[in-house]
Amino acid sequence: MNDLLLDYLPIIIFLALSAIIGLALLVAPFIIAFKNPDPEKLSAYECGFEPFNDARMKFDARFYLVAILFIIFDLEVAFLFPWAVAFKDVGWFGFWSMMIFLAVLTIGFIYEWRKGALEWD
Amino acid sequence: MAIVGKERLQIISNLTRPTDERDKMTLTLFFFYLFSIVLIAAAIMVVASRNPVHSVLFLILAFFNAAGLFLIAGAEFLAMILVIVYVGAVAVLFLFVVMMLDIDFAEMRKGILQYMPIGALIGLILFLELALLAGSWVILPEVADSSVLPIDNSISNTKALGQVLYTRYVFLFQGAGIILLIAMVGAIVLSLHHRSNVKRQDIGKQVARDPKETVKTVKVKSGKGIG
Repeated sequence: MNDLLLDYLPIIIFLALSAIIGLALLVAPFIIAFKNPDPEKLSAYECGFEPFNDARMKFDARFYLVAILFIIFDLEVAFLFPWAVAFKDVGWFGFWSMMIFLAVLTIGFIYEWRKGALEWD
Repeated sequence: MAIVGKERLQIISNLTRPTDERDKMTLTLFFFYLFSIVLIAAAIMVVASRNPVHSVLFLILAFFNAAGLFLIAGAEFLAMILVIVYVGAVAVLFLFVVMMLDIDFAEMRKGILQYMPIGALIGLILFLELALLAGSWVILPEVADSSVLPIDNSISNTKALGQVLYTRYVFLFQGAGIILLIAMVGAIVLSLHHRSNVKRQDIGKQVARDPKETVKTVKVKSGKGIG
């Protein structure tokens, strides 16, 4: 098991490095930047006019549809990984069970395409 | 008696192994505590943070640390799926929900104390269940052998999963496929409204168009126009 963890050493180093760089970039301005705040400087800049509402405005629900469709195909791909790894062991039965699975989702994909869910308007 | 060659190597490796193993254990423990502490802190911040968008970002941090814990437990596949599916997709959905719903979260926060008892109760039940689960392993270590599928440590767990998921558990697998299909159709039926007065691009029509029918080349004499 420890060998498995050793395989992930590069990722740990990567995470540690990115944490260090991120923190450094966050902290450095507090230490070295020249600070002379006034209300105008601190207000949100919006192309010259006064900001008229909250930055978190309501989203169009269509973004949500795109995200849900993305998740579904994401999960489909997640099912493909163990299948690919164990491909030699599952035999023809495993092969065809995955083909049926893909066919079911392809039906969904065709439905989605014909319905125009992939188009914006 | 002189110790030479292979024998000496053997003795040296035997001498060094225990501390080496111990170092690895402490390293694993260090990462376990690191991930656990960050996980709990992030989970508390999800609830305590004032800004809902920050809550979602802390949730993503919690997911990452949970993936780290899964890795330490040896569940490689689960850890990667957690990162791909939860961090990559579900967290984005949460962000969308937070941004899409026009809820005054500061207003909602006022009533938080009245939900405290039921939240504490559910937390307690979950904790008891986990304690029962862990307790059964402590009291009866042979429980691990009585599992339906004995754990084979010689193969990676992605492969172990693949060996049973598509053959032994084929109906559950196909069921998952059908659930995904229903989710897809449901999402489209519920939220897809095409506006009617929009001019859409019909690529087939564009490609099938013949230039001879639509474009005419005319030689225009100077000063006379097309007429």
